[in-house]
Amino acid sequence: MAVFISLVLITVDQRTDKLAPLRYGLAYFATPFYIAGDIPSKISYALTKSVKSSEILSEENLLLRQQVLLLQRRVQKLAAMSAENVRLRELLNSSDLLDDSVRVAEIIGVDPDPARHEIIINHGRDRGVSNGTPVLDAEGLMGQVVEVGPFTSRVILVTDSTHAIPVQVNRNGVRAIAVGSGSLDRLVLTYVPDTADIKEGDLLISSGLGQRFPEGYPVATVIRVEHHPGLPFAVIEAAPTARLDRSRHVLLVHRDEGTLSE
Amino acid sequence: MSNVRSQGTWLIVLSFIFAFYLSILPFPVWAEYWRPEWVALVLIYWSFVLPSRVGVATGWVSGLALDVLEGVTLGEHALSLTILAYLAGRLHRRVRVFPLWQQSLSVLVLVGINLLAVRMVQSSVAMVSEGLVYWLPCLVSALLWPWVFAMLKFFQQYFHVR
Repeated sequence: MAVFISLVLITVDQRTDKLAPLRYGLAYFATPFYIAGDIPSKISYALTKSVKSSEILSEENLLLRQQVLLLQRRVQKLAAMSAENVRLRELLNSSDLLDDSVRVAEIIGVDPDPARHEIIINHGRDRGVSNGTPVLDAEGLMGQVVEVGPFTSRVILVTDSTHAIPVQVNRNGVRAIAVGSGSLDRLVLTYVPDTADIKEGDLLISSGLGQRFPEGYPVATVIRVEHHPGLPFAVIEAAPTARLDRSRHVLLVHRDEGTLSE
Repeated sequence: MSNVRSQGTWLIVLSFIFAFYLSILPFPVWAEYWRPEWVALVLIYWSFVLPSRVGVATGWVSGLALDVLEGVTLGEHALSLTILAYLAGRLHRRVRVFPLWQQSLSVLVLVGINLLAVRMVQSSVAMVSEGLVYWLPCLVSALLWPWVFAMLKFFQQYFHVR
């Protein structure tokens, strides 16, 4: 009997999304576990923060100052460039690129199954997260929200073997699709013709096609390009720029509707 | 046995809650394959020693809870733990007289069957990665069994769970 119910559940859950409300309700039960599960890493984080020596701190401070300087220089140019961009776009009569609004969330759990790359963040429907919300960290795109609970949500990472993201090469705009490989440090570009102009070291950015991810965020760097005479497509691998296994804080991008209806 | 009033339900529930907690605790990446199947271990223990109280129904409910916690297809662990509870219930008479290391062997097989069921469901949804590391948890669980058994036995006797 129980086996039968399980089988029915499995089938219904796989083929339809009728069980979503049930899942949502049961997520109330799961939330305390996620929060409790985060406590050990919180403690270790707090400990390392409090026992850092002043030497390391001052070193870090110096590094950060240098970084700020560099970034500030870049921002100076950016203001002029974005103004120019707006003018050019006006000339071309195309719609503005709206800035995305971003909020910071914290990772409070990871999927215990090593074959699936999913993380749990501490924002849910209560903070307006919706299915498909893109997730970034400071270095690049991480993934997207696949399941929203009342107080937490699940994020699938770009390296999950069931995930694919449309990208383009920053250098020349060649488009491709980056599919997760199932290992945290590798993406695979599929169906790229042998003659496509992609080289090692190329930066892949999100292309915005598919209208799921915003355009122009770094996704990965190409690390290997191989041409086999026997294969119809080139074998291209890339390393994600986001620190998928290190980040603690992530950014959720809320897009304004304007960018969708371009 | 049947005229003894059952008591200590809270300990059984608590042990399951603790097992859920352990099974979603974040592990370092290198250790992820070494995570024992805590819920399966606790379920096996209770269905060995209290087959009249912990059985298929408990297996199903705890499996469903695990599905929600891990965010997988609903029913995946419910199915596998139901099968596990049924088999453990059938085996309990024989296994109780085994020495611990022989019990470990039966646990190895039981958790293996549990993993097999999960694998079958997963492979019906999506491509699953190859590799023998997938089966590592059943080995780890079997190695851990003596400690889990001793600990749960201690608590069970201490709180007179019947």
